[in-house]
Amino acid sequence: MSDIIRLTTPLSDSDVGELKAGDQVLINGIVYTARDAAHKRLIDLLDQGKELPFDISGQIIYYVGPAPARPGKVIGPAGPTTSYRMDPYAPGLMERGLKGMIGKGSRSGEVIGAMKRYRCVYFAAIGGAAALIARSIKKVDIIAYEDLGTEAIRRLEVEDFKAVVVNDIHGNDLYKDGKERYCRE
Amino acid sequence: MREINVKEITEAVKNLCMDANYELGDDVMTAFRRGLETEESPAGRGVFEALIENAEIARNERIPICQDTGFAVFFVELGQDVHIVDGLLTDAINEGVRQGYSEGYLRKSICDPFTRKNTGDNTPAVININLVSGDRLKIIAAPKGGGSTNMSRVTMLKPADGIEGIKNYVVQRAIEAGSNPCPPVIIGVGIGGTLEWAPLIAKKALLRPLGTTNPDPQLAEIEGDILKRINDTGIGPQGFGGRIYAMGVHIEKFPCHIASLPLAVNICCHASRHKEIIL
Repeated sequence: MSDIIRLTTPLSDSDVGELKAGDQVLINGIVYTARDAAHKRLIDLLDQGKELPFDISGQIIYYVGPAPARPGKVIGPAGPTTSYRMDPYAPGLMERGLKGMIGKGSRSGEVIGAMKRYRCVYFAAIGGAAALIARSIKKVDIIAYEDLGTEAIRRLEVEDFKAVVVNDIHGNDLYKDGKERYCRE
Repeated sequence: MREINVKEITEAVKNLCMDANYELGDDVMTAFRRGLETEESPAGRGVFEALIENAEIARNERIPICQDTGFAVFFVELGQDVHIVDGLLTDAINEGVRQGYSEGYLRKSICDPFTRKNTGDNTPAVININLVSGDRLKIIAAPKGGGSTNMSRVTMLKPADGIEGIKNYVVQRAIEAGSNPCPPVIIGVGIGGTLEWAPLIAKKALLRPLGTTNPDPQLAEIEGDILKRINDTGIGPQGFGGRIYAMGVHIEKFPCHIASLPLAVNICCHASRHKEIIL
C-alpha cells in the first residue's frame, strides 16, 4: 500500500499525472458538489453556449446530495452517490477543465477515455460512510440551483477528505486490479 | 375489538424513521467486526474500520448513517381485531414519514418520475399491509437507498433453468453490480410467486437478521453456495478487491405457476436499516 498523498485544489496537470490507481489521498481546499439534476443543468448551459456558474478549471466535483445539517453543524451526512449516472455529462465538464471527480462505482469506457484525453482522475470515497465523511467538510455555501434542495451545487471547504484513486490518467483501474488480485475463480 | 388512534401510529412511524436511519442493527455491526478480523485485503479492512466508526458517530450524534435516508418502505401487520380511529392508516403512516424526515434532519429523496421535482417531504411511503390474527398492529420501517435499489433486478427464468439457473443469475447480478451498490452488501433473493410477488419476498428476506440462515436446509445450502461464489469473485468491500463482497445471502421462496420461475434479487447496501414496533 502506497503512502498517503496530500492534494490541494485546484489541481494542476502534473498533480493529476502523478496519481496512480490505488493511491490513498487526502483532499484539501475547495470541492464542488453536483449530482443528477445539477449535471443536467450544467450541460444544458454548455449546450446553449453559456458560462458555468463556477470556474471549473482545475476543480473537483463531488457526486453527493447531503442530508440536512442539524443545528450547529455545517452539513449533514454526505457520502458519495453512484457515479455512472453522471457518465453522460462528465466528458463535457472535463473538456472545460474539470480535473477530478469523487463518487463510488465504476465508470463507462467513454468516461475513462475522456479522463485520459483531458487529464482528469476519478476518486472513490467510501459509500455509506456519510456521517464520518461529513467531519472533513468545514464550510458549505450553496452557489447555484438552490431550488434543487439536496441536489443544489455547493462549494465545500474540505480538510483531509479521504479518498482513493480508482481511475488514473494512465489507464489503470483499481476496481479491475483489486478484483483480479483477490479472485478465486 | 381494540381501538388504536392514528395519532399513536403517526408518532410511532416518525420515531421509526429516525431510529432506523441513526441506529444500525447489532447484527450488521457484528458482521462489520467479523469483516475487520477476517478480510484479507488491507483496503477492505480499512472499509470495515470506517463503517464501524461511521455507525458509532451516527448513533451517538443522532444523524443518519448514510445521506441517502431512503425510500420510506413499511411492512404493516394489522390484527383483524384492531379498529383504527380518527383517520386512515396510510395517511397516518405518511404523516409520520413527513414529520420524521423533517424533524429528524433526514434527506428528502422522492421525486416525480418525469419532472424529477422533489415531493419535499419524502412521501409517499411504500406501504405493504397484511391482515393477521389478533388485536395488535406491527409496523416495520425498512428505508431503502437508491444506489443499491438501482442494482436490483427481477427476471422470469424458465422452469428448466432450475436451481443452477437461479444461482448463476444471482452471482452474475452481483458481478454486474460490482462496486456500485456500496459493498459489503446483503443480497435478498425471492424465488417464485408472480412477477410482483418475487421482489416483495426478496425485500422481506432482507429483514431477517444478518448471520442467520434459512431454516429450510436446502435453501440454507443454496444461500451458502451463492455467498461463496460471490465472495470468490474478489470484488471485495467497496469494489477495492478483497474477500467480502456480500455479508449474507437471504433467500425466501413461494410456490409459482407451472409455466414460470420468477426470481428477484434485491441488493441492499451495508446500511441495512430496519426497525419495528408493536402497538
